[in-house]
Amino acid sequence: MMKAFIAPATLVAALALPGIVLDAQESAPARPAGAYMNVGFVALTNAGWSTAPNLAAILQGDHDPKVRGFTIPNTELTLDGAVDPYFKGFGNIVFKLDENGETGVELEEAFVITTAMPANLQVKLGQFFTEFGRQNPLHPHSWAFVDQPVILSRLFGPEGLRSQGVRLSWLVPTPWYSEAMVTVANSTNGTTFSFRSEESSEIHGGVPVERAVLEAGDMLVVPRVATSFDLTSGQTLLLGASGAFGPNNSGPAARTMIYGIDGFWKWKSATAQQGFPFMSLQAEALLRRYEAAARTDVGDSTVTLPAGTFGDRGGYAQLLWGIRPRIVAGVRADVANGDVTAFASDFRGDRLRVSPNLTWYPTEFSKLRFQYNYDNRKTIRRDHSFWVQFEFLLGAHAAHKF
Amino acid sequence: MTNRFIRSAAVALVALAVGAAYSAPKLRVVATTADLASIAREIGGDAVDVVALAKPTEDPHFVDAKPSHIVTLNRADVLLDGGAELELGWLPPLLESSRNARIAAGAAGRLSASHLVKMLEVPSTFDRSMGDVHSQGNPHFLIDPLNAKLVAAAMAERFAAIDAPSSALYKTNLATFNATLDARLAVWQRQMEPHRGAKIVTYHKDFVYLANRFNLEVVETLEPKPGIAPSAAHLAKVIEAMKATSTRVILVQPYQNRRTAETVARQAGAVVLDISQQPGGHQNARTYFDMMDYMISTLAAALGSQK
Repeated sequence: MMKAFIAPATLVAALALPGIVLDAQESAPARPAGAYMNVGFVALTNAGWSTAPNLAAILQGDHDPKVRGFTIPNTELTLDGAVDPYFKGFGNIVFKLDENGETGVELEEAFVITTAMPANLQVKLGQFFTEFGRQNPLHPHSWAFVDQPVILSRLFGPEGLRSQGVRLSWLVPTPWYSEAMVTVANSTNGTTFSFRSEESSEIHGGVPVERAVLEAGDMLVVPRVATSFDLTSGQTLLLGASGAFGPNNSGPAARTMIYGIDGFWKWKSATAQQGFPFMSLQAEALLRRYEAAARTDVGDSTVTLPAGTFGDRGGYAQLLWGIRPRIVAGVRADVANGDVTAFASDFRGDRLRVSPNLTWYPTEFSKLRFQYNYDNRKTIRRDHSFWVQFEFLLGAHAAHKF
Repeated sequence: MTNRFIRSAAVALVALAVGAAYSAPKLRVVATTADLASIAREIGGDAVDVVALAKPTEDPHFVDAKPSHIVTLNRADVLLDGGAELELGWLPPLLESSRNARIAAGAAGRLSASHLVKMLEVPSTFDRSMGDVHSQGNPHFLIDPLNAKLVAAAMAERFAAIDAPSSALYKTNLATFNATLDARLAVWQRQMEPHRGAKIVTYHKDFVYLANRFNLEVVETLEPKPGIAPSAAHLAKVIEAMKATSTRVILVQPYQNRRTAETVARQAGAVVLDISQQPGGHQNARTYFDMMDYMISTLAAALGSQK
């Protein structure tokens, strides 16, 4: 009955509007969209050469290309989806080849965030990259260079700062973007390098002591504030300040304080094609005060190294220019130095590194990158390295944050 | 006397304060693109504040997830998005950071336009060797005026559901919108009628719905596959096809590579038409209706001059 009523009306409309096609051809209702879980796989393959005799001494990041020849320092299986109306869940499992070609597996991240908390609050809990600065929380696939900044390797170790814990964030109700957050996490294991890490001898030269978790001060606490302004309709500025405070295992009561500031500026053309052209500048400066207790020399148990506070500082600035669709030229400058202390360490010495690179993205799902590193470890030697990186991505592509 | 004055002044002040507190705040509407924003302004009128996230001149597939958008979304009562994976590269992290349950998928404050229209080019099979194929179909659907009508009706219904006191206004505005659209569509049909079956080339696969509505034929796209940069070999093929079919018009949007289009046009004896699908993409076409007027007039004039 209804159908019979509509049909003549359709006919009349068709006559009244000559040329109109009322029934779209080749059309179909949208198929059901959505999934219980998004699955992605991203692989970074590297090739290159360096004049440095010991590559591990200049490329300290776990996902840096540490092999003359070929290597696959990072592949990631990424999983995410809505858990239920209250939580969104993420998993990140890394499969990688080490310098000897041995496969390693690690649970890099596994966490949920809340989606429906009141008062602009959001909680993240599980194991996750700590939100300190801009570079630390990024997965290697999102890096603008093949390797991680020198100062981050020094302060956060090969894996970056991440641990098991909880993060509370508050989107401050200001007219512009500002967010305040604090993470409380475990201060132990290899991913809390400046804190209770088994590898802390590299910093202080002593035998690490066993420290139990007895009080709140034994946890790692990482506060951060960030704010952002649109300078013009095409330019945005983002500024942040972070801290990381916790115990270290050079002694039973020793502590580490890390401070950082970061900035990011980006310009993008108002008629950008696929996001190009653009120009961006990202910079971070970090400072660490490492209270080393009197400790037994790791190389000679008869020697006790004197207590002292080690200061380390450094930073990097990277300029990216998206010249035309899918071509990005970049240059990064890294500086780092540490106080001269009773434990003389090449690892904490004066260093300058300059890295120009060029990246071609055939699509958002693949990239080819060329990078040269001029590396000047001032008290040791100068080295030159050249790297080629190819990346491919399957499945869901996590959208990039700003 | 003075007392009475003070008393009446106080009463007036209280009345003002109460009035301000009770006068309904405007519905805060955020649209991902300028076309949805323009239609929302027609339907919402004075009862809504509308903000668009993407600039009218930029590629809606590639918008920066700027922190200022987080703040905008955090305060939104309604989010209008295109859907069909158009905003997949930038909207999800913004929504995650905005922590606003009112506009989450499935909430009353969320309206995805692609769920309302009949999608074209829904692939029966797809993978990424075919380029940036949208599994939900071609997302550039608002340049079919009848799709705009469907979206406007859903907006009116949704605005009324969330903001009942203004529901009469939304209903009236929808009726006005439909009447205007019907009248303009009749004009657009008349303008395009002489060009039934005319052949066009576009940069991206983004004028499919226009071609479908106004009986045009898209002979080729400068992109060999959606989102894939034009290669010299493909462009040679396009030029040959344009010559063989006497296609004299290439449509480009503000964010597409006009130089590539010009090169092809020169060799194929065609003209390049700058046609934005977004209100505000041209200086004098700030509303959805003006944008469509400009599109149809420009196209009809170009096709007419070649007869």
